[in-house]
Amino acid sequence: MTRLKNDCFGQWIDTTQPKKFTFEGNVIEGFDGDSVASALLAHQIWVQSRSFKYHRPRGPLTLSGQDANTLVQSPKTPNLLADRVPVEEGLQLSGQNYSGWLGFDLSRTLDWFGRFLPVGFYYKAFFKPRGMWALWEPIVRRAAGLGTSNLSVKADYTDKAYLFCDVAVIGGGPAGLHAALKVADGGAEVLLVEQDPSLGGSLNYHAFSSDLKETQRQRDALIRNVFEHPNIKVLQSATCNAWFGDHYLPVLQGRRLFKVRAKQTILATGSSEQHAIFRNNDLPGVVMCSAMDRLSRLYGVIPEPPLAVLAGNDLAYKTAFSSHDAGATVVAIIDLRAQCDDQTLRAEAEARGIQVYAQCVVYEARSEWGAHRLSRVDVHGLHHDSGVGQKIASIDCGVLAMSVGYMPAYQLACQAGALLQYDDASAQFSISNLPKGMHIAGSINSVFTLSALECDARNAARAALKALDIAVEERDEAVDCRASVNHPWPFVKHPKGREFVDFDEDLQIKDIVNATRMGYRDIQLVKRFSTVGMGPSQGRHSALPTARLVAKATNRSVTQTGVTTARPPLTPEPLGLLAGRRFHPLRRTALHHRHLALHGQMIPAGSWQRPAYYGQPADRRSAIDAEVTAVRTGVGLIDVSTLGGIDLRGPDAPEFMNRLYTFGFVKQPVGKTRYAVMTNEQGVVSDDGVAARLSEHHYYVTATTTGVDQVYRDMLKWNAQWRLDLDIANVTSAFSAVNLAGPLSREVLRQAGCDLDLSPEQFPYLAYRESTIEGIPTRLMRVGFVGELGYELHVPSPLVGELWDRLMTAGHAHSIRPFGVEAQRLLRLEKGHIIVGQDTDGMTHPNEVALRWAIAQHKPFYVGGRSVEILSRRTLERQLVGFELTDVSTQPMEGHLVIREGEIVGSVTSCEFSPTLQKIIGLAYVHPEDAAAGSQIVIRIESGVCAQARVVKTPFYDPDNARQSL
Amino acid sequence: MPLGLLKYGINSDYPFDKEADLPPPADLKAQYDVVIIGGGGHGVATAYYLAKYHGITNVAVLEKGYLGGGNTARNTAVIRSNYLTPEGVKFYSASVKLFENLSNEFDFNIMYSQRGQLTLAHTDATVRSFRQRAEVNKHYGGRTELISPSDIAKLVPTLNLNPANLPVLAGLWHRDGATARHDAVAWGYARGATQRGVELHQLTEVTDVLTHGGRVTGVQTNRGVVNAGVVVQAVAGHSALLAQKAGFKLPLVAYPLQAMVTLPVKPFLTPLVSSSALHCYVQQTSRGEIVFGGGSDPYPLYNSRSSLPLKESLIASAVEMFPFLSEMRLLRQWAGITDMTSDYSPIMGLTPLENYYIDAGWGTWGFKATPICGKTMAELVASGGKVPELIQPFELDRFSRFKQVNEMGATAASH
Repeated sequence: MTRLKNDCFGQWIDTTQPKKFTFEGNVIEGFDGDSVASALLAHQIWVQSRSFKYHRPRGPLTLSGQDANTLVQSPKTPNLLADRVPVEEGLQLSGQNYSGWLGFDLSRTLDWFGRFLPVGFYYKAFFKPRGMWALWEPIVRRAAGLGTSNLSVKADYTDKAYLFCDVAVIGGGPAGLHAALKVADGGAEVLLVEQDPSLGGSLNYHAFSSDLKETQRQRDALIRNVFEHPNIKVLQSATCNAWFGDHYLPVLQGRRLFKVRAKQTILATGSSEQHAIFRNNDLPGVVMCSAMDRLSRLYGVIPEPPLAVLAGNDLAYKTAFSSHDAGATVVAIIDLRAQCDDQTLRAEAEARGIQVYAQCVVYEARSEWGAHRLSRVDVHGLHHDSGVGQKIASIDCGVLAMSVGYMPAYQLACQAGALLQYDDASAQFSISNLPKGMHIAGSINSVFTLSALECDARNAARAALKALDIAVEERDEAVDCRASVNHPWPFVKHPKGREFVDFDEDLQIKDIVNATRMGYRDIQLVKRFSTVGMGPSQGRHSALPTARLVAKATNRSVTQTGVTTARPPLTPEPLGLLAGRRFHPLRRTALHHRHLALHGQMIPAGSWQRPAYYGQPADRRSAIDAEVTAVRTGVGLIDVSTLGGIDLRGPDAPEFMNRLYTFGFVKQPVGKTRYAVMTNEQGVVSDDGVAARLSEHHYYVTATTTGVDQVYRDMLKWNAQWRLDLDIANVTSAFSAVNLAGPLSREVLRQAGCDLDLSPEQFPYLAYRESTIEGIPTRLMRVGFVGELGYELHVPSPLVGELWDRLMTAGHAHSIRPFGVEAQRLLRLEKGHIIVGQDTDGMTHPNEVALRWAIAQHKPFYVGGRSVEILSRRTLERQLVGFELTDVSTQPMEGHLVIREGEIVGSVTSCEFSPTLQKIIGLAYVHPEDAAAGSQIVIRIESGVCAQARVVKTPFYDPDNARQSL
Repeated sequence: MPLGLLKYGINSDYPFDKEADLPPPADLKAQYDVVIIGGGGHGVATAYYLAKYHGITNVAVLEKGYLGGGNTARNTAVIRSNYLTPEGVKFYSASVKLFENLSNEFDFNIMYSQRGQLTLAHTDATVRSFRQRAEVNKHYGGRTELISPSDIAKLVPTLNLNPANLPVLAGLWHRDGATARHDAVAWGYARGATQRGVELHQLTEVTDVLTHGGRVTGVQTNRGVVNAGVVVQAVAGHSALLAQKAGFKLPLVAYPLQAMVTLPVKPFLTPLVSSSALHCYVQQTSRGEIVFGGGSDPYPLYNSRSSLPLKESLIASAVEMFPFLSEMRLLRQWAGITDMTSDYSPIMGLTPLENYYIDAGWGTWGFKATPICGKTMAELVASGGKVPELIQPFELDRFSRFKQVNEMGATAASH
């Protein structure tokens, strides 16, 4: 079919650039600038989707992405809006939500049975006898849903960007353009966001005056000024999709999410045209007047079949006239009113040969059997009390354009806390109670004429400038907004129903009214019971009629009834854009690549990666055993860089340590380390580490890998109250550390070039020293976590690789082995050392895990001290003990329960086969009466089998602690 | 098609008024035996069981907004009992049992759907804790087990087993896990309660609690004073504020909890799936929408606004778990205010104020407990203050007795 292409019609399409795509397998030719919906309409393809509940055929309604009637899918993506998807060569699209094909949907039977499916029908059936829902649900689920997800799609990379501006102007229609220019002239920086591919908004398609060219000249001048203005940045084809606190605005453009921080926001988002509610108002071919205007003016599509117009205001006549001028056969204007506001319109219509049916309604839209599109409308007279009278005419038409009212695009304003007020006289909702820094202009502010729009926009701009402390000399202009655009009651009830209030959810007048009759009177309950407004367009077209219907049914005002809460986002947004790069921090130690080279099997530890063991997964057990043996009999090296490191400096550092950890730290000698346990206010063990006193006013304390961030936060929190004189720094990443352990570690350290006197007399167990190892400044601690002679070496992270290599080289002659987390866990278990978080839980207090010794008895205060003291006076309810099993065939696993007289009394927290001791050892919480060495406990393992274990004293290995202090 | 729907089709103007689920608004009386503050699920369930099992019907439920409009309306409808402590498992299992029969008991379909819940473990520590939870559950008759990655792949073939470089090591598969139409639960209880004579007053806000000699005597509302022999407080996010009016403190901190939902698609996911490390929970509703939930906001706030950063991080996690979700579209996000305790267990039972009973501290996990809360709170009221055994561990004084019931590990991000 030929497309109209001249200055005023077909503005967006480039007829020299044809583009082919497929829809439902058929090749369709459109032009550059077309949307998929407009290209399909140019080929008379009106049925583009199927509705959610009744599977009724649906076609474009607004042609601007405001409705759900054009939901289509591509092989990759479900739920695309055909009127928002630009035509591209090779695009493959199809309809969705049908069984059969788009033109013949078996599920349409649901429509014929619709009378048996009243509002909320699923609450009334499908559950008898008990358990039936389990059978019905899969059927309901298959019938529901819209598009089909392609489960093999991989997530794309999309990026995000931040933008900043003084004033964000949302909407590039006449109000937005004027506001942007005024603000920019005032010297503020403006970001102008427009949803359509080009600026202009209604100036592009609405016939503000009969001289279309004149309107376009004005528009072009405005747009030119905007683009040339140095203070204005423009984003087109971009949607401001929400308003978040302090003017934080997500703007979607293509495959990018802009996060905009504005100081002020001017909403010039316009308004949504509303539909009239009569039988079969969802037939493809029934469209908004603005959609008809867009179709002809933007896309140059002039429908061949006759066009009728349903008018509830004067604006509808403009559509009739411009369509007529473009060559459409306009057969009738059906006006709900007795007369127009502008009395000349009727004569003008008749001059063009358009018959005007005043005070009439469309009672029913009809289609030819199987044709799925409008072919005729029945026109009935309308009484003064809105009662429908006799049939007056039956008009053949293929398109019915309707304009009966507008709803301000209130969503962003209401997300920000604005309120909606309904004015009975104008039958309109208006926006009040705007939050600080937000201004509205244009038809969102119920201003519809061009001259008034301009004043309104400048007023909004002035308010924004003033709020930015930019002096504004002129006063606000008077805005004349007398245009009456809303018909108060565009409802025509039909005995057979199908007068749709909500197209997304297939809800008719009776569904809304019956919901209130069922007792769901609050608008929120009406929504939740009937699902009105819950569909893809989130009530853009159903909010106003629902509020009116519910108000009438419950004898309240429309303002009292209100609309449901506006929530982000404004339009459905691709999850991929929100996810962006999906940045999940992954931390590697400075030795990561050395571990990989040594075949370290990496596992997560918090956000860190650590080697579990070194070797092939098939040899896991033997690798771990060999690592353990190396530490017990020779020397091993482990990367402990992930341990938290916190530096505390200042005159009050000793006092701070004393308050935060359970031990006494004031009297800790310089050059010594001390075990440091932390409890929370409930007296629960929350973290542990080793504290070294470097000098009078300087401590270096370690924390658990996963606990350090919380420990650091807690430290800052407490000192925000205590105001002690010290600096607290989390130096976890600045320092890296290794633990050199085993009877030969002293020798290896010496050979690696440590210039300290390493003799036990000069550097005894638990001492702290500083030294350089071949130029590497090193903090050395003699610790005994794994139960052997050992040195923890902390060095600046960039130098740890060199240190590691030096130690490995020096250890080569002693068969040094790197060891991983698994071996370390085993070694410390043999030694009976607990791991906070593994052997403790969210309730463990120090007495339960035999940490009484780590608590200073005579200090005035520490965090959790009061609770620990109270708990200490009570009888214990459980205790962590060591146990062993001689029968190695039934190894309990961590998490298995300790059962006593049929009741759960505790659980296994650690359990391993010890290669050193050749038996199964573990730690478990048991009943205090079973805590003495020699007691028998019962551990129930997964299969339900119970294992008998014997409670033994810890440490399991080297009970006299001789080896670590060698 | 079920026969139950025939009557609507045969009579084209079916008299819905006669079968109304909820009665029209009525005047507030000056005196009730029991006043329940809060017309959410817990409040109306309490009223329902008071009327049904104890014959106490001179009861008013006072709701400042609309029925079930607080956290009952905002939660992500997870029903499960795979907790860690024996106290928790016993309590929530009793709730699951009640849920199973609720539709038929109400004669109102709450769409209870036992789809099973799968929680993913990405660290050894989580595997340990899951094993313990599975064992505790089994001990009390629950159907929970630790399953391997290959079992997970069979159960949810669309799941990425290495999301965000956090390989899935195991899963906690809870067959009893279920979902239901959350609003319908509140409506079913309200319907059953009002049919038995209980009064439900919406748009009725309690502005003060009236006391005399350490005993509650009634409440002040925006519609006047209401006297009451017993008052039950069940107001979720605003619990601490109301308790303040009643003259006592609750150890609660209010955090917003956000959730979001996509446009519907045809079914691809049956179980409820959550990741312990990514703090992300995913399920598909019977309408076909995908619902996401996650961790609470990081700081306390009495405001149910949504935020962009939380949406970005939650969706990033969801896309890691199910990469194809990146092509789906987010329709709506919302938030509720949760009243968190330090041990992630509720506060139920007596208060320092005589005849004033409390049901609070429901944090992010209150929906699943709706039936059992109603039942036990009704027992508490009917017995004149004898705390039922099932809720004794959750009494307010546990905080001063150092008897907390720690469910932190079993609650985070699984709701």
